[in-house]
Amino acid sequence: MAEFDQELDARGLNCPLPILRAKKALNDLSSGQVLRIIATDPGSVKDFDAFAQQTGNQLLESTEADGEFQFLLRKG
Amino acid sequence: MADKKLAIIATKGTLDWAYPPFILASTASALGYQTCIFFTFYGLQLIKKRLTLKVSPLGNPGMPMPMGMDKWFPVIGTAIPGMESMMTGMMKQKIKAKGVASIEELRDLCIEADVRLVGCQMTIDLFDMKREDLIDNIELGGAATFFEFAGDADVTLFI
Repeated sequence: MAEFDQELDARGLNCPLPILRAKKALNDLSSGQVLRIIATDPGSVKDFDAFAQQTGNQLLESTEADGEFQFLLRKG
Repeated sequence: MADKKLAIIATKGTLDWAYPPFILASTASALGYQTCIFFTFYGLQLIKKRLTLKVSPLGNPGMPMPMGMDKWFPVIGTAIPGMESMMTGMMKQKIKAKGVASIEELRDLCIEADVRLVGCQMTIDLFDMKREDLIDNIELGGAATFFEFAGDADVTLFI
């Protein structure tokens, strides 16, 4: 299991809530720290990629297992 | 990099059309955009303290209805009293069941993210609306106020 500093459970939430919650969670982290997000919204896969590209946060990992999506975001 | 700017004009006052402005504005803020929504005409319904937004099947052939009713149910039937309330209730249930945010929630997120909300003074007067019926976190202004922000916006949307 990859290391992370904080976890966000976005299961059951739909667009745009996973992104908005993630943004909020990132605000509490310092640069270089990693946020782990678990989501069930299939749209979040593309959205987290797009979010990372536009905000300067780095998407370290984007994986799927058992219908759940895991994202690791390093705060830029 | 200077912040990008998104300007939105919200003109619709139904539950379904309340989503695009608030979803896009809150997401844009999360992406670092400075965002402003200008509410005019029926869009003013979206900044009322007490939201009474409805969705109507009347004149809306694109609206999916239960039991495939959108295919066989006569259009005139969608005008039956109570139809609007029923469809609104069903839509709200579905919104909740699918984990889609409520309009209240999205609006609060926009306010929290410092999205600028501007109510159109002219239409407020036209519809005899009262300032106290609208939420506190808005400013009032006119077309010039909109252009002050939208004049150098990167994205401008009319919804």
